[in-house]
Amino acid sequence: MKLYDSIELAARNLRESVLRNSLTTLGISVGVASLVAMLSLGIGLQQLASRRLQRSGLFDSIVVTSRRNLRSFDREQEESGPAPAESPDLNEAARLKIANVAGVVEVYPDLRFITEVRFEDKPHLTMVAGLPSSSKDGDSFEGMQGRFFSAEDAHEVILQKSFAAELLGKSTRGPDEINVVDVARPLIGKQVMMRYSERESSGQDAASYSVISHEMPLTIVGVTDLDPDSMRGSARARLFIPQKLIESMRPMQAYDMRASGGVTSSQPIYSNVVARVSGAGKVDAVEQAIKKLGFNTFSILDATKSMRRFFAILDLFLGIFGSLALTVASIGIVNTLVMAILERRREIGIMKAVGASDADVRGLFFAEAGAMGLLGGICGTALGWLIGRVINFGTNIYLKRQGFPPEHIWSVPVWLVAGTLGFSFVVSLLSGLYPASRAARLDPVQALRYE
Amino acid sequence: MGSATIRAVDGITLKIAAGEFVALLGASGSGKSSLLNLLAGLDSPSAGSVIVESQSLSGLSREELAKYRRHTVGMVFQSFNLIPSMTVLENVELPLRFAEVERTKRGAMAANALEKVGLSGRLKHRPIELSGGEQQRVAMARALINEPRILLADEPTGNLDSRTGTGVMELIRRLNESLKMTVILVTHERDLAEKYSDRLIFLADGKVMADQPNPARAAAGAKP
Repeated sequence: MKLYDSIELAARNLRESVLRNSLTTLGISVGVASLVAMLSLGIGLQQLASRRLQRSGLFDSIVVTSRRNLRSFDREQEESGPAPAESPDLNEAARLKIANVAGVVEVYPDLRFITEVRFEDKPHLTMVAGLPSSSKDGDSFEGMQGRFFSAEDAHEVILQKSFAAELLGKSTRGPDEINVVDVARPLIGKQVMMRYSERESSGQDAASYSVISHEMPLTIVGVTDLDPDSMRGSARARLFIPQKLIESMRPMQAYDMRASGGVTSSQPIYSNVVARVSGAGKVDAVEQAIKKLGFNTFSILDATKSMRRFFAILDLFLGIFGSLALTVASIGIVNTLVMAILERRREIGIMKAVGASDADVRGLFFAEAGAMGLLGGICGTALGWLIGRVINFGTNIYLKRQGFPPEHIWSVPVWLVAGTLGFSFVVSLLSGLYPASRAARLDPVQALRYE
Repeated sequence: MGSATIRAVDGITLKIAAGEFVALLGASGSGKSSLLNLLAGLDSPSAGSVIVESQSLSGLSREELAKYRRHTVGMVFQSFNLIPSMTVLENVELPLRFAEVERTKRGAMAANALEKVGLSGRLKHRPIELSGGEQQRVAMARALINEPRILLADEPTGNLDSRTGTGVMELIRRLNESLKMTVILVTHERDLAEKYSDRLIFLADGKVMADQPNPARAAAGAKP
């Protein structure tokens, strides 16, 4: 019998017991819906985490340190690479070399220092860090009050909210208690006075330099929610000034003290520089190129690998749980078809008497199982999609109430739709294996006697 | 209980010529339907062989047997065995589906077969909407749709009143004569067998008791 005829006869048979077959199909739909809902949630969460990481700028950043720096990140590399004494300094020339590596978008030194900041004549001690203008595109400053720096060397400052609270004299037990909007309102537009020490080389001898104390007035332009201890942004800094400004200030760095014994040039030497790469995919190649220049590197790419592994395992488990419902539904198919064999025993006998082969009968039951699977798959995917939307909607209402921006925690990609449809179809066919072969093996004489 | 072996067909040797109209007569349980099932390839003997057109059915695979039932034999049953969920036309079309006849041709072929049995006006009816005689004629049309060379009829008038039964038998006889179709009729009605068949085979306990030309027809020397 031709496939079309099998499908046509199968459709007719399914219509004959419409209630029973609809309930079986509904069972498959629920199974498929649970699978789609589970997997779409897993995929959505993975995409959310990847998006967050990508926007944080950590994905495409490489921290470069000199091998002379004993605090460099990669100890293993130090042992295998050139001796620390022979490796180049991380100075302005090195920065240019790194900037010329293919794939590098910008290179900036990680400049930071602890200093005193005066606000309304009261002194406050804090860590100050430089911030490149590219930072504003990331999500580090999401939810920031005010604005980003007007220019790369503007005398402006962005405060971390706990420091802003400190300036206002508010005593807080934790950063969660501070509302960034409340602390920003009285501060934006006001001025703070920052004191810093400039490192000035004296003569040809690079090892000797003088320290000149300065004071610089800065206008508060923004207050950020950024957690100073998080990996995003400049760790532990609570006051940010434009990168170009901090570079022009030539502030005294902790590294200057340590390096003074072996400094070979009069140029400023950086403890570490950050190389931003045009895409996360190029990080590996750029890292290798920078290592060849004689520096140590560190990127978070390895951390993302373990994240991907975590989500693969999560998806697997979600998929297994989702598949359980589909497995139960497939038992429903077996039950429905076995019942159909009992009911249609005589009909099968008639078909065999008028020339149906075993394969024809088998094909007919397969077509019925497949049709239920496919129909259940389509309805289930739609149902799963709807469940996902509802979960997403509910989550966003919750997030909104908690003061967070809405998120897309659920995703149904085309491959998931196609994969689930295919999976439910195959599972249904597998469920039809036993009933189909049982129907095919029916003895026509016995079947024709059946009343 | 249930372990005793019953020989439904026991040591029967028969030869039926092409175009012959043979009646298998016997009481209930005499083995006539079992013999018909063996001839139809629906059942296979535990010993011995059934040879149709020089081909032993016991040597055929299940697929080949299905093909044999599709093209060589047509079957008519006492209880009509129509599929109730299908229309008359669809029931007659069914063997054509298994024979993989093109869809476009099937409708016309089935309608033509139904016209031959006088049911051209009932194509879209369901079997339940027809009388017993009409249902049996639908079954006849279905049995003949693939133009088989052998018609196996198992008590075709068993569920019909005598007038309708006669109509069905007339139709079978006409097919036998016009198409030279071999007919093997199973019946327990001796009158019917004597009226239409050329040869009478009497069975009892699975054995052939008598195998003789139909004296009534031989005496008549002509068709009824």
